[in-house]
Amino acid sequence: MGHSVKRKEDQRFVQGKGTYVDDVRLPGMAYGQMIRSPYAHARIVAIRTEEAKKLAGVLAVITGEDLEKAGLAWMPTLFHDRQMVLATGKVLFQSQEVAFVVAEDRYAAADAAELIEVEYEELPVLVDPHRALDADAPILRDDREEKTNHIFHWEVGNRQATDRELQNAPVRAKVDAVFQRCHPAPLETCGCVADYNSATGRLTVWETSQAPHAHRTLFALVAGIPENNIRIIAPDIGGGFGNKVPIYPGYVCAVVASLQLGRPVKWIETRSENLQSTGFARDYHMTAEVAAERDGKVKALRVRTLADHGAFNAAAQPSKYPAGLFSICTGSYDFSTAFCEVDGVYTNKAPGGIAYRCSFRVTEAAYLIERVMDVLAAELQMDPVELRRKNFIPSEKFPYQSPLGWTYDSGDYHAAMNLALEKIGYHELRREQEEKRKRGELMGIGVSSFTEIVGAGPAHSFDIVGIKMFDSCEIRVHPTGKAIARMGTKAQGQGHETTFAQIVAQELGIPVADITVEEGDTDTAPYGLGTYASRSTPTAGAATAMASRKIREKAKKIAGHLLEVSEEDLEWEPGRFYVKGAPGKAKTIQEIAFAAYTNVPPGLEAGLEAVHYYDPPNLTFPFGTYVCVVDIDRGTGEVKVRRFVAVDDCGNIINPMIVDGQIHGGLTEGLAIAFMQEIAYDESGNVQGGTFMDYLVPTAVETPNWETDKTCTPSPHHPLGAKGVGESPNVGSPAAFVNAVVDALSHLGVRHIDMPITPWKVWQILKEKGVAE
Amino acid sequence: MAKKIRIRIKINGVDRDAEVEPRLLLVHFIRDILGLTGTHVGCDTTNCGACTVLLGGKPVKSCTVFAVQADEQEIRTIEVVADHGKLHPLQEGFKEEHGLQCGFCTPGMIMAAQALLERNPHPTEQEIRWGISGNLCRCTGYQNIVKAVQYAASKMA
Repeated sequence: MGHSVKRKEDQRFVQGKGTYVDDVRLPGMAYGQMIRSPYAHARIVAIRTEEAKKLAGVLAVITGEDLEKAGLAWMPTLFHDRQMVLATGKVLFQSQEVAFVVAEDRYAAADAAELIEVEYEELPVLVDPHRALDADAPILRDDREEKTNHIFHWEVGNRQATDRELQNAPVRAKVDAVFQRCHPAPLETCGCVADYNSATGRLTVWETSQAPHAHRTLFALVAGIPENNIRIIAPDIGGGFGNKVPIYPGYVCAVVASLQLGRPVKWIETRSENLQSTGFARDYHMTAEVAAERDGKVKALRVRTLADHGAFNAAAQPSKYPAGLFSICTGSYDFSTAFCEVDGVYTNKAPGGIAYRCSFRVTEAAYLIERVMDVLAAELQMDPVELRRKNFIPSEKFPYQSPLGWTYDSGDYHAAMNLALEKIGYHELRREQEEKRKRGELMGIGVSSFTEIVGAGPAHSFDIVGIKMFDSCEIRVHPTGKAIARMGTKAQGQGHETTFAQIVAQELGIPVADITVEEGDTDTAPYGLGTYASRSTPTAGAATAMASRKIREKAKKIAGHLLEVSEEDLEWEPGRFYVKGAPGKAKTIQEIAFAAYTNVPPGLEAGLEAVHYYDPPNLTFPFGTYVCVVDIDRGTGEVKVRRFVAVDDCGNIINPMIVDGQIHGGLTEGLAIAFMQEIAYDESGNVQGGTFMDYLVPTAVETPNWETDKTCTPSPHHPLGAKGVGESPNVGSPAAFVNAVVDALSHLGVRHIDMPITPWKVWQILKEKGVAE
Repeated sequence: MAKKIRIRIKINGVDRDAEVEPRLLLVHFIRDILGLTGTHVGCDTTNCGACTVLLGGKPVKSCTVFAVQADEQEIRTIEVVADHGKLHPLQEGFKEEHGLQCGFCTPGMIMAAQALLERNPHPTEQEIRWGISGNLCRCTGYQNIVKAVQYAASKMA
């Protein structure tokens, strides 16, 4: 723990020897391609497949009607809804899956797709979520009993008390903020190879899955295949960020095709398919209002949100939380009362609402509170740092009960803030800004002091489709003292092969090099819910520590037997048990492992292995302060990020190098969201951000150097004191960027700008304010 | 299906003959026909650079080159960068400086960086950033990739 051990997985990756799904090639493998709707809302009049079927090399064409016969035209989403696998009757978003063609190779499949003719009759399109509940809005989901586009209403907190505080408050601040529709866009798209073996009755699916066990169970429940006959293998995954949590129609179609043909079938998305049809994120239309005293002390927070879920509510989140953990929206501040309500609606857009590098709507919440705090600061003409300091939850109040029902485990917000300000030289920057303003130059400083909530989660409240959100680890120590450890999680770049080996090494004293970590094969790994929501370290990391400790307990018995002393007379130090008072009399873990198979004490089972299913007692609450400095070009509206300091507190750290890597990456994704990215739709429901030409990913040229530092407030309930970190930079940074830009323009009366803050958007503001050059 | 065309490409030092459709993409020739799966496909539209290989010593995005365009030319892919299991300084650099996470962009990134160092053995940070600007990474934020290239440049000096 605490060491920047170089990653074990890199040896294969730097040589191009990883095995991603598209690298899997099986004898007799056929290729599938999806046929998709060009319309956002249309009735399907006819699908003509004859010409395609006649083409040489074509093996099958599957339509919604075919799936209907097998009862598979619809599948459950991961959140109380269902979704069409292949459209029957009508399509509900552009690029929706309509038919699936299978051929001998990718080129033949593409040719056949061209020959499939689908006749549509266009229907009125609903794009604007604010119009979804209008009387004249088309009802999109006529398959549902409820004839409305309203999906859910969810609320938490004290409505009356909050309303009262807002009514009577000496000072109020309000912001209407849209967290635009984004896409995780991992560099590897989604895909699978489905291989049904008719001789054994076994189905093996290599799949880009962040949650292979959950997928296995759902395949069993939905397709009726006995779960022991399904093996999901998530091999190396080229980034996930939440995109690879759901089950997508392509996976189901490949499985159906393999069952039908008795051959392996590969299906790999193109980038456009990935951006246009798989799980989007955000699309939260939010209003926050704060009641405060004149001195800046906050009293109450009211949040109202309209959530656009697209055509199907395909959020992948804990079943009891329709808006995820959005009620962390009181953030780092000590509000006495709060109220939060969210309404979800359907529109003619791709389905989703997945947690993109975020523990279920925490990014939206952190953005909103950090934005409205700045609006309040402007209202009070107070420094945003001073306002935050005045309202931070004091460290002596932890564990802290938030007005919206969470118990924050630990925190020291002042410490992170102080370190960040010191590193960036806050007061000098403010002086510089003052000077620059006199000269008409535009420079801004943005602060974000976010609190996250991660590591879902405790079984009493957290499940996905009924399966409790524990996670697991199984460790086997071999006779020669080497070990293999398997978890229910699945890394997509996080480096578990190294960090989880470090945990075992720390707990058992076996060198990291001697420990193999394996994830993603449901035939071998213990059951778990997978990797997302920064849950791997809080859950599987904890399970790894606990399983190691179970092994240590057994090792102690064996050591006592070997040393002919009672267990009470033994002391542990990493790697060996020795006799109290006689440190030379000892047995190493390797000697003990050998004895576990060769010289077991009477009455003890042979072998040295353990499994642990860890149910976390609480979530963990990482936090930090980010400070961003921007300069704005008055001629072009271009915003340049001059500096960015990120101080994170994620509790105890397993591998500092990997933590910093996660922070660099998350900040870069935050930069993209703040300045470049949006999956927008035109009024006909045509997706506008459907390729990398219009859904921009920053290159090395636009990306600044990130400055990172840490404070350390361990989690009191996690066995290693760790909290999880992968998502903090993506959660905390959008507000820092936006706050910086708004700060640069605040003297002109600008209070808020919606993301993405493009040069065009900024230039329009500059022009309106008469300061464009 | 169009008439197949015979091509000969020297790939990683070995001459390979094949009959291919004129529309076959170079990346599919490399991955599906030759089985060299270190070269990845990330976007299909020349944006991401995961499919970068060296064609006649120059980096190209092999998802937007036809295999027939590489006829009678020489190609290098990630599989030839290490020397009989001994990592190239660039590969070492990526490992030492934590220049990768999911690893999907890494082969293309290393090929682009190799081309950069071959034409400019002592690049500045800005030159490195521009040199890899045709290659997207979603995990690292590039900071450690830049360090990895610097590591290699100083090691090769």
